[in-house]
Amino acid sequence: MLKSFMKGAVVAASVVIATAAMAKDKIRVGISPEAYPPFTSLNAKNQWEGFEIDLLAALCKQMDADCKIVSIAWDGLIPALNGKKIDMIFNSMSITDERKKVIDFSDKYYNSPAEIIGTKDAANVTVVDNPDGKGGKIANPADLKGKTIGVQTATIHADYAAKYFKDATVKVYDTADNHNADLVAGRIDYALLDSVAADDFVKANAAKGVGAKLIVPADPIFGVGAGAGLRKNDAKLKDKINAAIKAVRASGEYDTIAKKYFSFNIYGD
Amino acid sequence: MDESFAFFLTIAPTLLAAVPVTLSLTFFSALIGNTLAVPVAVASLSPNPLLRYPSAFYIFVMRGTPLLAQTYLIYYGLGELFPGTWVQQSFLWPYLRDGFWYAIFAFSLNTAGYTGEILRGAIMAVPKGEIEAARAYGFSKGLIFWRVTLPRAIQICLPTMTGETILLLKATSLASLITVWEVMGTARQIQKVTFRVYEPLIAAGILYIIMVFVLTRLMMLVERRINRHRLTPA
Repeated sequence: MLKSFMKGAVVAASVVIATAAMAKDKIRVGISPEAYPPFTSLNAKNQWEGFEIDLLAALCKQMDADCKIVSIAWDGLIPALNGKKIDMIFNSMSITDERKKVIDFSDKYYNSPAEIIGTKDAANVTVVDNPDGKGGKIANPADLKGKTIGVQTATIHADYAAKYFKDATVKVYDTADNHNADLVAGRIDYALLDSVAADDFVKANAAKGVGAKLIVPADPIFGVGAGAGLRKNDAKLKDKINAAIKAVRASGEYDTIAKKYFSFNIYGD
Repeated sequence: MDESFAFFLTIAPTLLAAVPVTLSLTFFSALIGNTLAVPVAVASLSPNPLLRYPSAFYIFVMRGTPLLAQTYLIYYGLGELFPGTWVQQSFLWPYLRDGFWYAIFAFSLNTAGYTGEILRGAIMAVPKGEIEAARAYGFSKGLIFWRVTLPRAIQICLPTMTGETILLLKATSLASLITVWEVMGTARQIQKVTFRVYEPLIAAGILYIIMVFVLTRLMMLVERRINRHRLTPA
């Protein structure tokens, strides 16, 4: 009688220990369903894939956390984060001062340059000294005078075009897909977008005359790169994710993943 | 609250600048769409199946597919056809680059489908006696249509048409999809840039309410004017 009682207690205790070990942190990660290859996209089987998905998996393994991807439209990501529907945004979100007013960011996990692409009739774009005299370089506004340039609304590229291309017509699109479609249609002469997205698009549409016109020099507007978006008071998760980023960078796991998707240094310098 | 109010003031100029875009989209689409509705309605009532079936099909397609899809297909779909053709060299190209005209084209076609069907019902509701009276006076078929049937039908369906125009005014918010930044699209842009969710929407809502109010008043005046012979003298 006593024996069987003891046995039961041992079993119960071991179950408690096992669940404690299994109870990993749960992190809900917000990603927009708008395809952004090769970073994030849903494949035909409705599974997430891409550089950020692989990197996220590596980071979550490093943090020993149980990450669950929640699909939320791009505009809704920050409200969802602050509304505690998700704990982290992992969606190529550039670290900007404007965004820092409402959310916090991890360290950057990649930083790719901006690129100008154009139709076959559009000339290459040159580079000139930034007129602010601080020594930086910018895409030459004179080359774009009178031309129409497409950008996606509420992006660093839209900000850059608005600041430097005053003599050009800057046409604002709701998505990058749409300005790409209009570039092929010839309704715009150039588009300014991230080099990674640009490379893919140029490869797919080279036959239609679309080509790279300039890798845009680094500029304060472009910021320091993309980081994981976090709630302002969530220091615990911020420390964990920053440590995890450092660890996968140091272990070489980051480079292994990056090589699968990019021929250049996506982390930036 | 004070902070919110100050924020409203900072975004007001941007939103107000988009009001003419919304209004002109509505005005031109209503004008062209309602004009197109006349042949659509007449054809759908025609005894000739070559007119009746295409018209019924047109109404079916326009009412049966989302306006969003129609707008998108007209702008980006037509865009696929132009590269490398004479169109890009023609004098029309500056207009064909501009999403505004595509938006008006799409909204007009859609409106013609909806009001065409409304007008069809109104034409059928014109009292037979009035048409017979016109016939007794020796009016020709065409004259009966222009002077009796159509004016009476418009009189009958005007309140419904006002409702349709209000729906159209709000449907113009889809134009931002094709780079035409009207009030709603501008509000969404402000949302994305400032990360404020509610204030831009509330401000846009207030602007729409004002626009709808003015539109309703105007249509009421038109209704009064058209129905002036039926009003009892004051």
